[in-house]
Amino acid sequence: MAKSKRSLQPVLTDKQLKKSPTGITGLDEITHGGLPQGRPTLICGGPGSGKTLLGIEFIVNGALKFKEPGVIVAFEEKSDELATNVASLGFDLSKLQRDKKIKIDYVHVDKTEIEETGEYDLSGLFIRLEHAITSIGAKRVVLDTIENLFGGLSNDGILRSEIRRLFQWLKDKGVTTIITGERGINTLTRQGLEEYVSDCVILLEHRVRNQVSTRLLRVVKYRGTVHGTNEYPFLIDEDGISVLPITSLELKYPVSRDKIASGIPSLDQMLDEGRGFFRGSSILISGTAGTGKTSIAASFANAACLRKERCLFFAFEESPQQIVRNMRSIGMNLEAHVENGLLQFHSSRPTVHGLEMHLVEIHKKIQQFNPRVIILDPITNLVTIGTVSEVKAMLIRLIDFLQRKQITVLFTALTLNSSVTEQTDEGVSSLVDSWITVRDLESNGERNRGLYIMKSRGMKHSNQVREFIITRKGLELVDVYLGPNGILIGSAREAQQLEEVTGQALKSHGHTRRDREIQRKKTVLEAKIASLQEEFESLKDELYRTQQEEQLRQEILEKNRMELVKKRYLNENASKSGKGNGKSK
Amino acid sequence: MAKASKKYELRLYIAGNTPRSVTALNNLKRYCEEHLKGIYEIEVIDLLVNPQLAEGDQILAIPTLVKKVPEPVRKIIGDLSNEEKVLVGLDIRPARQ
Repeated sequence: MAKSKRSLQPVLTDKQLKKSPTGITGLDEITHGGLPQGRPTLICGGPGSGKTLLGIEFIVNGALKFKEPGVIVAFEEKSDELATNVASLGFDLSKLQRDKKIKIDYVHVDKTEIEETGEYDLSGLFIRLEHAITSIGAKRVVLDTIENLFGGLSNDGILRSEIRRLFQWLKDKGVTTIITGERGINTLTRQGLEEYVSDCVILLEHRVRNQVSTRLLRVVKYRGTVHGTNEYPFLIDEDGISVLPITSLELKYPVSRDKIASGIPSLDQMLDEGRGFFRGSSILISGTAGTGKTSIAASFANAACLRKERCLFFAFEESPQQIVRNMRSIGMNLEAHVENGLLQFHSSRPTVHGLEMHLVEIHKKIQQFNPRVIILDPITNLVTIGTVSEVKAMLIRLIDFLQRKQITVLFTALTLNSSVTEQTDEGVSSLVDSWITVRDLESNGERNRGLYIMKSRGMKHSNQVREFIITRKGLELVDVYLGPNGILIGSAREAQQLEEVTGQALKSHGHTRRDREIQRKKTVLEAKIASLQEEFESLKDELYRTQQEEQLRQEILEKNRMELVKKRYLNENASKSGKGNGKSK
Repeated sequence: MAKASKKYELRLYIAGNTPRSVTALNNLKRYCEEHLKGIYEIEVIDLLVNPQLAEGDQILAIPTLVKKVPEPVRKIIGDLSNEEKVLVGLDIRPARQ
């Protein structure tokens, strides 16, 4: 049960294999800590694949960084030749030798000088190695390349058994050893050294495709530990070897809620809260030729520098001077930022080296400069040196890396007029967080630029097409007019604007006239209302009077009738019984 | 035939008193007595005692016989059991065509 939960992270316990860090960028990550300590490692590869350099870096880094002195046994080059060869990388082997941090022993084998008669062994080599190791207390040994012995001595049987004995002897001594070997036709090494080295085998390759060469490193075998199994591209430059374990499998990185402005206020307004893009996000600007992609990129860079953030600009089409000059015409002073050290350009043609190498280089520049914002202009050109899927894979890794470091990246990409706008050539649209498209809108015999936001993850954004104008003062977005004849842009829009102003004047004039008319109407109507009121009053009076008269008449009639009735009763009583009359009243 | 005026300086590198070293030294002495009587010097270097000397003469194999003088420098490795090869190696006898 517990075994299945084994972590991929190197947790060094006593039982686990101890490792010697190589100090080579990336290699220690791939091997989860370095080469197996106290055991031999075979580095094989063709001529010029960097075997010797890897070995020397292992020794030099050991001596300088890890306090482990090392011995280089050179079978190919004399020690001063070796020193000259690596001096360009900043390694001073002679000084290190004087300081007793390393020792170089040149073993010369020349078949013409040697006659073999009878039995022998290689004790001489053992004794020399022993002497070298003990004289500086070495912990690391490089044998470069022991296969040369096969050229100098003819008795293969003796050689093989002696080499086997040597590796065992080195193991017993507890020194970490690198053995280099020339790549064979069907085997890893010409002499099958891999038979004797069973702990760790690293293969270096130099592959040329489309006239672009890429160096590749692969850990073929590493007993007793997990390791990266892919082919990793590596770079040899003035800092030596750097390998990049760039395929990150996890999608786990911190995200920021911070927003950063694009340098175009009206573009920020199109996004949620009007504050621009998320920090650490990836932004794609795609568009047809001449739509101002580089200008948008430059204004993004400009904005970053104005915020006092470092920005790294990778230009694959133009030289830095060209960009600086061109951007000055639209009101951006990039030169000042370059002088302040906030902006750094890195211009190269994509065909300078392979895709992976570009990635390695971008990584390196980022590590050196530590920018908050980087710009790649344009990524389209990378397709010339790789297939679409390769470019996509490279960009995935780049975005992974950048997001882990919370660096905001802006790509520009060229789309062809004929191609579908929902997909960029590089197929990166699904990778990026925000995608802005600039398109040519052709109408009324002129070309104008329309900008819209295709997507912007995690924020509301405008769905409107805006007209994108490049002015002397910078970039601006203007609302387009949506009329019965479609959207109006450029001079049509301006005409529409003028028309609107005219309309406005006419309208305001009309307003005052109508107001007066209303006033007049009101007075008239008010007078009419008053007269009607009077009429009504008199009518009311009339009606009232009639009603009163009628009521009065009614009353009087009633009274008269009552009187009459009374009178009649009186008369009747008087005639019938005159005696009771006095009592009743 | 070697010229009498020539002096032979020979060095035999060994590592401890192994049977192979002893065989080599005995073989060498025998050849020298036979072919170079009086004009040779043998220096035996035990690398277990003086390991730093191995580098100078580029010693790899043990035993190694180095002929320093006369020029050219030649090395003969092994227990020197093949007399023919040793004599050719020491330029005492020209190599057979």
